[in-house]
Amino acid sequence: MKTTRSTAKPVHKPVFANGDDIQIPVFTLLKPDGTAYAGAGKPTLDEATARRVYRAMLYTRVLDERMMAAQRQGRLSFYMQCTGEEAAVVGSTAALDDADMIMAQYREQGALAYRGFTTDEFMNQLFGNERDTAHGRQMPIHYGSRDLHYLTISSPLATQIPQATGYAYGQKLAGQGHCTLAIFGEGAASEGDFHAALNMASVHKVPVIFLCRNNGYAISTPVTEQFAGDGVAARAFGYRMQSIRVDGNDILAVFEATREARRLAVEHNEPVLIEAMTYRLAAHSSSDDPSGYRSKKEEEAWHKKDPLRRMQRWLIDRGWWTEDEERELTESLRREVLDGMKQAEKRRPPALATLISDVYAETPPLLREQLETLKAHIVRHPEAYPRSAPWLDDSTEKEGQA
Amino acid sequence: MSRMNLLQAVNNALDTAMASDDRVLCFGEDVGVFGGVFRATSHLQEKYGRERCFNTPLVEQGIVGFANGLAAQGSVPVAEIQFADYIFPAFDQLVNETAKFRYRSGSLFDVGGLTVRAPYGGGIAGGHYHSQSPEAYFAHTPGLTVVVPRNPHQAKGLLLASIRSPDPVLFFEPKRLYRASVGEVPDDDYELPLRQAEVVQEGSDITLLAWGAQMEVIEQAADMAGKEGVSCELIDLRTIVPWDVETVVESVLKTGRLIVSHEAPLTGGFAAEVAATIQNRCFLYLESPIERVTGLDTPFPLTLEKEYMPGPLKVLDAIHRTMDF
Ligand SMILES: Cc1ncc(C[n+]2csc(CCOP(=O)(O)OP(=O)(O)O)c2C)c(N)n1
Ligand SMILES: [Mg+2]
Repeated sequence: MKTTRSTAKPVHKPVFANGDDIQIPVFTLLKPDGTAYAGAGKPTLDEATARRVYRAMLYTRVLDERMMAAQRQGRLSFYMQCTGEEAAVVGSTAALDDADMIMAQYREQGALAYRGFTTDEFMNQLFGNERDTAHGRQMPIHYGSRDLHYLTISSPLATQIPQATGYAYGQKLAGQGHCTLAIFGEGAASEGDFHAALNMASVHKVPVIFLCRNNGYAISTPVTEQFAGDGVAARAFGYRMQSIRVDGNDILAVFEATREARRLAVEHNEPVLIEAMTYRLAAHSSSDDPSGYRSKKEEEAWHKKDPLRRMQRWLIDRGWWTEDEERELTESLRREVLDGMKQAEKRRPPALATLISDVYAETPPLLREQLETLKAHIVRHPEAYPRSAPWLDDSTEKEGQA
Repeated sequence: MSRMNLLQAVNNALDTAMASDDRVLCFGEDVGVFGGVFRATSHLQEKYGRERCFNTPLVEQGIVGFANGLAAQGSVPVAEIQFADYIFPAFDQLVNETAKFRYRSGSLFDVGGLTVRAPYGGGIAGGHYHSQSPEAYFAHTPGLTVVVPRNPHQAKGLLLASIRSPDPVLFFEPKRLYRASVGEVPDDDYELPLRQAEVVQEGSDITLLAWGAQMEVIEQAADMAGKEGVSCELIDLRTIVPWDVETVVESVLKTGRLIVSHEAPLTGGFAAEVAATIQNRCFLYLESPIERVTGLDTPFPLTLEKEYMPGPLKVLDAIHRTMDF
C-alpha cells in the first residue's frame, strides 16, 4: 500500500472519493469593468510591459478581423481567430522570458505578435508564398519561428504537449534557466498525449507550464460533453502537479499566475497546469458557423467580458494609455496589415524544388528522380500548372534544391 | 431514387442502418447535435436519441477502443474519425486490437460489428493534415477490411454492407467528392458487395485501376486517351483489402497493360501490391511494364498541391508511355 506520499492509511469500510470535496477557485484581479478587485494588491505588470502586451493584443485583434475578411473575399483559403482569448495567450507569453520555448495549438498568434513576428512574416505564411519559411507547405495560421522560440504549429491536436515536457527536460539539463510553455484547448486535453505529458512532467520534475485555454467549446462540442470532472485544472492532482485556475480574460491574473508558475518551474523544477477560463468569441475557424450549436445570447454575454476592453480601461485609469493613442495605433495597424497582405499576395509561389526538400536532411535519389519526372511533365503541360510552370526555368529554382 | 451528393448518401446509409437495427450506434467528435463537421450524421441524434448518436470527448484512441468494446459486446458501432489524418492516435487499437480480436481468441470474441468511417484525400487545399490517404498502412494489417467508395450510389451500398459485414471495416470517404459527386441513389435499403472490384468501363488496350476520388481522375484520362484512339478499361477496386485479384487479372489478361493510380505516396502504396501480384499472374501477357501514377514520396503539400497530385494529365502521360513501350 505504498504511495509516493506516504503509506496509505487503512480503513475498514469502503471509502470512495470522487474529488468533489476539492474546490478549485478562479484567480482574478480585474473586474470586467477594468477596475481592480479590493485586496487584489499591487500588480506586477509594469508600464512598458503593459503597453507591449496591449499593443500585441490589439495587433492580434486587427490581424484577425482583416484576415477573416480576406478569407470571406476568397483571398485566403482558411483562417482561425484568437478573438476573445488574447489575454490568456499574450498575458502568459509576457510572463515568460522571451527565450523560453512556446509550443502552441493554432489559435495563439497573439504570442507571436508579442514576441515581434512581423506582419510580413504573418502574411508570407498565410499566403504560402516563396518567402514563407515553410515554403507554403502548411495551411494558413501554421506559423513557426526559430528566432522567437515558437515551434511550428502542427494540426494533429495535443501532440505538442508531451513534446513540451521533453523539450523542457532538455532545458533543465542545459541549465540555462529556461522553460517551455505548452498551450492547448480544453478539447485537446482529452487526448492521451495530454495525460502522458503531465505524468512524465511530474515524474521527471520538468520545468514546463501547461496552459489550457478553456474556451467552452471544441468546435461544436461544449465542455459538458467533453468532461465530467471539475474542468481541466483538477486533473493535475492525479499527477501531484501544481494547478491553478485563472480568469483567462483578466490580463493581470493571467500574467501573475504564469509569472509564479514560471518561478516554480525554473527555480524548483515543478511543472504547473494553468486552466484559463475564457471564450472563443469567433467561429472555430473560417469553415465553421457557431449558430448551429450555441446561442447569440451566450455570445453577447461573453462580448461584455472582452479582454481587450478590460485591459484598456485599466491602462487608461492608470494614465498609461489614451483613447487617442488607441485610435491612432488601430489605424496604423490596419494600414500595416492591409499593405502587408497586398504585398504577400503578389509574391510568387514557392519554388517547385521545395516540394522535395526537407523531407530528409539529404534528399534520396528516388525523390530527386520524382522531381525530374514532374518537371518534364509540367514542361509538357504548362497550362495546367499556372503556379509552377512560369518559374520553371528561373535560376532561383535551384535555391530550394536539397 | 433520389438525387444526392456523397455526403447525403452516407447520411442516408447511416439512417437506414439505424432504422433497421437498434444495435447500430453512431458517435465521434462533433457527431451529435451538430451532425459532424461535414454533416454526415445530420439529424441522427434527433431521430434516434442521444444514446445512439452522440459526441465523444476529443480522443481518437478512446473512440476506437470504446467502439471495439461495444462491438465485442454485440452492438454495432459506427465510429467517425473526423479526418483520416487523425486516425493515428487510434492506430494501436485498430492494428493490434480490431484486426486481431477474432484471430487471437479463436473466434471466442470478435469485433465484426465495428465500422470506422473517416474522410480522406486531397484536392481541398488541406495541406499535410487534411489530405492524406492512409489506406496502405491498414492494408498491411491482416484482419482489417478497407473500403473506399467512388460516388453516392456506391457510398450508400458499400457503407450498408460494411456496417453489416461480419468483419470490422475501415470506410474511407473521399471528402473532395462529398458535395462534388452527385447522382441517383435508391431510397430503399441495399448493399453492394465487399471484396469485389467493379469494371466500370470496358476497353481493350489498357487497364486503369483506382479507387475513391481517383476514379474520377482516371475516367478523365480515359476520355482524353479515347479521343486519341486508345481504348481503356476502368476498374474500381472498391475494397482495398482483401482485394479482388481475379477481376484485375482477367482484365489485364485481355488488355496486356496496367496502370494503377492513387493519391498516397508511391513507395509502399497499395499500387505496389497490385503490381507485384499482377506481374506474377500475368507475366507472359504483359505488353509493357505496369505503371504507377501516385503522389510524391513527400508529405502532402499545400501551395503546390496540384503539382503533387496524380491528376488526369499525369495518368494520360503514363498511358502514352505504356502504349508506346
Ligand atoms: C488529433 C486530432 N483530432 C481531431 C482534430 C480536428 N479538430 C481540429 S480543432 C478541434 C477542436 C479543438 O478544440 P480545443 O482543443 O478546445 O481548441 P479550440 O479550438 O477551442 O481553441 C478538432 C476536433 C485534430 N486537429 N486533431
Ligand atoms: Mg476549446
